[in-house]
Amino acid sequence: MAKGPGHKVNRRELLALSAAIGTAGAAEALSRHDGLLGGPSRRYTNTLPWEDGLTDAPDAADAGGWHYLNDGEVGFLTAAVDRLIPPDPTGPSASEAGVVVFLDRQLAGDYGNGAHFFLEGPWQEGTESQGYQSRFTPAQFYRHSITAIEQAVGRSEKGKAFKDVPADKQDALLKQMESGDLKLEGPITSKAFFTMFLQNVLEGYFSDPIYGGNKDGAAWKMIGFPGAHYDYSEWVTAYNKPVPGEPVGLRGRPAWERG
Amino acid sequence: MAKTMPKVDVVLVGFGWTGAILAQQLCDAGLTVLALERASARTTPLNWATTFDQDELRYMWRHHLFQNVKYSTLTFRNNVSQKALPMRRLGSFLPGTGVGGAGIHWNGQIWRWLETDFKLKSHNEAHYGKQSTAGLTLQDMPLSYKELEPFYDMFDRICGTSGQAGNLKGAKQAGGNPFEGPRSAPYPTPPLPMTYGPKLFEQAAASMGLHPFPHPAGNLSQAYTNPLGMQLGKCTFCGFCEKFGCGNYSKASPQTTLIPYILTKPNFELRTEAEVLKIERTPDGRHATGVTYIDAAGAEYFQPAEIVALTAYQLHNVHLMLVSGIGQPYDPATGKGVVGKNYCYQTMSSVDVFFDDKLLNPFIGAGALASVIDDYNGDNFDHSGLGFIGGAYIAGMITVARPIEMVRVPDGVPKWGLEWKRAGTKYYLRNMAISVHGSSYSQAGNYLSLDPTYKDQFGRPMLRMTFDFPDNDLKMAKYCTDRAAEIAKNMGASHVRPKARQGPYDITHYQTTHNVGGTMMGASPADSVVNKYSQSWDVPNLFVTGAGLYPQNPGYNPTGTLAALAFLTADAIKTRYVKALGAPLVTA
Ligand SMILES: Cc1cc2nc3c(=O)[nH]c(=O)nc-3n(C[C@H](O)[C@H](O)[C@H](O)COP(=O)(O)OP(=O)(O)OC[C@H]3O[C@@H](n4cnc5c(N)ncnc54)[C@H](O)[C@@H]3O)c2cc1C
Ligand code: SF4
Repeated sequence: MAKGPGHKVNRRELLALSAAIGTAGAAEALSRHDGLLGGPSRRYTNTLPWEDGLTDAPDAADAGGWHYLNDGEVGFLTAAVDRLIPPDPTGPSASEAGVVVFLDRQLAGDYGNGAHFFLEGPWQEGTESQGYQSRFTPAQFYRHSITAIEQAVGRSEKGKAFKDVPADKQDALLKQMESGDLKLEGPITSKAFFTMFLQNVLEGYFSDPIYGGNKDGAAWKMIGFPGAHYDYSEWVTAYNKPVPGEPVGLRGRPAWERG
Repeated sequence: MAKTMPKVDVVLVGFGWTGAILAQQLCDAGLTVLALERASARTTPLNWATTFDQDELRYMWRHHLFQNVKYSTLTFRNNVSQKALPMRRLGSFLPGTGVGGAGIHWNGQIWRWLETDFKLKSHNEAHYGKQSTAGLTLQDMPLSYKELEPFYDMFDRICGTSGQAGNLKGAKQAGGNPFEGPRSAPYPTPPLPMTYGPKLFEQAAASMGLHPFPHPAGNLSQAYTNPLGMQLGKCTFCGFCEKFGCGNYSKASPQTTLIPYILTKPNFELRTEAEVLKIERTPDGRHATGVTYIDAAGAEYFQPAEIVALTAYQLHNVHLMLVSGIGQPYDPATGKGVVGKNYCYQTMSSVDVFFDDKLLNPFIGAGALASVIDDYNGDNFDHSGLGFIGGAYIAGMITVARPIEMVRVPDGVPKWGLEWKRAGTKYYLRNMAISVHGSSYSQAGNYLSLDPTYKDQFGRPMLRMTFDFPDNDLKMAKYCTDRAAEIAKNMGASHVRPKARQGPYDITHYQTTHNVGGTMMGASPADSVVNKYSQSWDVPNLFVTGAGLYPQNPGYNPTGTLAALAFLTADAIKTRYVKALGAPLVTA
């Protein structure tokens, strides 16, 4: 049925549209524009844009199980993230804070699928200032990198996996990745992997707890970041004084849920 | 076959800051206006409400409001001897997509150029000799500060800009910027209060005989109703400002200052999910007939219009000019051609400042919350014997302390491990950065063109960027960063880390979204793409807005000036062009 101008697509119609376009084999058209519907242009005159039920709130990470990572990868990442952010009385280690769960959910989702990467060819190595030139999505990038790293570790450490070598040796290996000195087989350099990896670990440790890391806001509490506040008017000119209170996330505080 | 739509007076290509300004002005003048925006409509309650806006991962690192390079990117190289490769991930700049454009996630730092910035080439050559501009391809603007001032003022009143004037109609005002050109009126709202870090900067700078003043801000210090009746709220210093939308209606944006008003106009239509692919012309090429656009289902349309205005972001305006074959593309080998010429950026440096004994609470911030000095910007200081021209504003600025990005540690501390964790924890609340916001001057080898290899999703050649920092600008960056470090030392810091910008330009790290040039305005078709009314020399019913109009970039954020130029363009269209359709407003 033809709809008049100004008609806005609701979620149900949107799904119908996607299905129709999908079956017509024009899946590409669906994604021509970022975050969009695959439908005709929407038209607004004399009306403010509004979509019932389409508040763009974030999706939280799912609970339970591994969505993308295999056991070997979980072993490698758990060991590696805890060298990047080890446990001590200052605050939790990365894995205690849930960073490996965070990485798993990210790699299983839009980020891992390269939803915000341009991955078309032709591919060619570039200069450092030209940035990422891999054809891999981040999920593929992790899989290839971890496999290649474990091969390199196995060669130098008598067949051991990264997680089974002593902590000081793990640190040395991570430093070699940071500098790119750890030579890997295949197209990915250890430095390129380390750069993405360290960034993603910081993301997991310090992002809102809804994404699976920063469990109970512990990383925020550690550094003194109050979290998802929206109003600091009272403290603007309270120079050199701590802002009181526990951090709060988008979903509130742990205490609110546990009573 | 593209379906032909009913004709309108004006079609706008893109609906961000400049699109909204033209829409408001031209609708009020009675013209029928259609805005085509490539992505979707976005509003405060649906897209960045205070209940979920404070999300560093999603908005900043997952680029939720930014252009997605999967659908729209460019290729990049540092110089002509390299092969340009695609920007496969956003980094150095973060253009917007969707209604409001980058005007949603901008900071709200609202600047005017210095009077001398309008005649940069002639001014410097008169003061420092012809050799001072050698190696650069600088050009004067075809208009003066004085001509643009009423339109700067209009933008301030639309935004409700918070600040302290330094020069009111020629009379210097205490506490403001003593170097600024005369303002016809004070800022509409008083300056923001300073948090501790900016306060320390202000005190240090003043003690050194410099002239600190509150950074002009589109984050409002108090509630404000603009001349269109749009109401803005008081900023609450949430710190999720730069790279985020404002859930409070406190940040001036197209959505808070213009769009709700425009949408009440019966002679206005907004069409979203409508990406313009090409400007169409009559067979002689002298007249634009309209534009071709594509919707999100892949259907193409021809939209006829009497006037076409390119109000997409600078990079997209240049791309559309090139793929539509309008104007002569610039060729660095011969120096001929103008479209894509004088691409410039912003030369950003900074100084990290760490304190052992001061709690800054840097998470309390706003996009433009800073104390700033202009003593080392433009030609506000004597350049004799310095070996460069240009300068930077230096700002003790705390806009935010996003923890993923801003757990900073002093030199000598590793980037990870136990030592990093302890130092990061110690200094998170005790550090800030001084921003050194430097000019970017044009040189022959920096330009935009069409890529010979890579195609976009519509089969058009991608835009290719060739850019590196000129020596002049790197020298400027070093000099100004040294000045900033002196201030830092006077703030009582325990560690000071100057980070003067160095080459080569790197497209992976965020610097600014201040891409300029490529459709520059000038006095003649030989050296510019448009005249001082932003009207194309080749196609008189085509107007181009945005930072592409700049022949080089002064040491300021671009939006104040490009917004003022958009108001001036609208004024020229409604008072002069509509009376002489198809005629050039300046004779070549
Ligand atoms: C993080 C960040 C911080 C910033 N902070 C500041 C600041 O503090 N001060 C300052 O002065 N400036 C700042 N800027 C820059 C400022 O946002 C821009 O200068 C300003 O938005 C430019 O306005 P515009 O109208 O040219 O483009 P935009 O506001 O970006 O609007 C362009 C619109 O055109 C649309 N479009 C593009 N191509 C097409 C097409 N082919 N068809 C249809 N539509 C199209 C886009 O989707 C977009 O909506 C900042 C930018 C960023 C990203
Ligand atoms: S800092 Fe102020 S203007 Fe910026 S987003 Fe927060 S409330 Fe809005």
